[in-house]
Amino acid sequence: MLLARTFEEKLASLYRGGRITGGVYVGKGQEAVSVACGIFLRKGDVFAPLIRDQAGRSAFGEPLVDVARTYLGSRQGPMRGRDGNIHRGRPREGQLAMISHLGAMISVVVGSLMAKRWRGEKGFIGLTTIGEGGMQTGSTHEGLNIAAVEQVPLVVVATNNHFAYSTPNDREFACQALVDRAVGYGFEGYEVDGTDLGACLDVIGSAVKRARAGRPPQLVVASILRLAGHGEHDDFSYVTEDIRKQPFARDCLLLAERFITENKLVDAETLRAWRDQAVQKVEEAVNMAQREPVPEGAEEDWCAISTRALCDQAE
Amino acid sequence: MSITYLEAIREAQAKLLRDDKRIFIYGQDVGGTFGGAFKATKGLAKEFPGRVLNTPISEDAMVGTAIGAAMEGMRPIVEMQFADFSSTALNQILNNAGTIFWRTGISCPITVRLPSGGTKGSGPFHSQSMEALYSHYPGLIVMTPATVEDAYTMLIEAVAIDDPVIYCEHKYLYYHLKADHLPNEGLPVGQARIARVGRDLTIVSYSAMLHESLTAAEKLAGEGLEVEVVDLRSVKPLDTATVLASVARTGRLLAVGESFPWGGATAEVIARVAAEGFHLLDAAPARVNARDTPIPYHPNLWSAHRPSSDAIVAKVRQLLRE
Repeated sequence: MLLARTFEEKLASLYRGGRITGGVYVGKGQEAVSVACGIFLRKGDVFAPLIRDQAGRSAFGEPLVDVARTYLGSRQGPMRGRDGNIHRGRPREGQLAMISHLGAMISVVVGSLMAKRWRGEKGFIGLTTIGEGGMQTGSTHEGLNIAAVEQVPLVVVATNNHFAYSTPNDREFACQALVDRAVGYGFEGYEVDGTDLGACLDVIGSAVKRARAGRPPQLVVASILRLAGHGEHDDFSYVTEDIRKQPFARDCLLLAERFITENKLVDAETLRAWRDQAVQKVEEAVNMAQREPVPEGAEEDWCAISTRALCDQAE
Repeated sequence: MSITYLEAIREAQAKLLRDDKRIFIYGQDVGGTFGGAFKATKGLAKEFPGRVLNTPISEDAMVGTAIGAAMEGMRPIVEMQFADFSSTALNQILNNAGTIFWRTGISCPITVRLPSGGTKGSGPFHSQSMEALYSHYPGLIVMTPATVEDAYTMLIEAVAIDDPVIYCEHKYLYYHLKADHLPNEGLPVGQARIARVGRDLTIVSYSAMLHESLTAAEKLAGEGLEVEVVDLRSVKPLDTATVLASVARTGRLLAVGESFPWGGATAEVIARVAAEGFHLLDAAPARVNARDTPIPYHPNLWSAHRPSSDAIVAKVRQLLRE
């Protein structure tokens, strides 16, 4: 969580300094949910993170330098400058590369899990994330339904951060609770306070265990407030003072730090050392990516398919 | 022995399932004892248990699932019940399947079968030809087989290719085309075929319109005109070289397609010949397409909407007068 927060603060600062082209999308306020999504996964699992999952990606094992490489467009990164920011992944290592269209990755994870089942692999699960905004697409509906039809070992973690870009919940959906949809899809559904790291680890960890044990697909709905704009270009002025005072608006990182120091799990000095280490790791990753070559149009391979002989010669 | 275009598609799938454990078929009503709306998978679910699977009516999730399985090493064949309904899966096909290799370096070998094109009485939503739309986007191969032999060998090749393939099979040809036997191999993918040799004008066509074009050529032969007919076989990649070589022999070009007129495969053929072979042309190139309206229901309207051999004959005569 701390590493993710530190890295994203660095990315925001690089963005403001004009060093990052495109956008920067951070998971501030969502780190507790996200880290709980990544931390219980192991080799052989499939993870399809979304826009605000820096913490989960790092917990899953994504090298920090891949983050910097993708934001800076390094040719040595997983996306080689062909895609940027949060649209990154290493599918061979189990981390899928999201597309922007929300809900599209759910069925992709379903297919990956079916393939593993056909191959005779055991004990694997898939975990994908979505927001309350993404919960409203047709693709999400189809994906959740087909996951249950195929009875794959899947956990879907939906984080209600209370805004789809600037649109509040009351213009997003009209059901009482998103988790109620679980039963309609044939999922098992749970809710969690996304500001509480302990609760996230418990509820998401249990869902992962149930999926591994062969239970039906799991839906966990977490409640938080996005403590930043949709992207760094967004001043999130649409978030009212009233909402900022709600319990779900608390900062999960501050709460976690307070919990571990108050319960004397960690002293203030150690916490400071962790922060320093995080800053150092982030600096190292960014420095490394900045030294790497960026792509050049004249040297790019402009063939979009792997079968080179079938590349169309249109101009 | 006589085998239809539809039977060739079924036989190709049977062979694929028999030869390669990575292959499965995923689509609406393809499984059980039903075997698909057009029976292209009849008997396959029984012969290959667990590998020919019915899906919910969820075109987006059908393709998404296939993409995920393909990235994990499987070779899925997705059957759309009608090409028209693949519009609901456009996002997965264009933005997901079509971008995966370019973005991540991982190939995405899915084959999406589209029962395409018009038949009498099918109306606006069960008649469309969508090859132009899929060809417009990067990252996809678009096949448009016009013969029983190509229907068979090209489907087998589609599944073998490491990239997403949109396989446009024509519903009118399902029952109307017959061959004596199935070939072991066909021309390489991406290579067009001279379906009829001629010297006066080149018609470039594909899928069901190949046969309207051949009928037109036959009618014109009675008047002493020798029309060459090129079957593109796949519209992407488009075999510009074979088209240009034909136009070099005839000096005149007519592109014929069943899809709507704006943009599309016929426009692409003409653009390429105009750009790369302008000096070869003795007259302005022309096109025959469907009309720019939804595809009508009533047979009288349908046959006036769709290019016919008569419309092609009329256009050829006009071109040869120029």
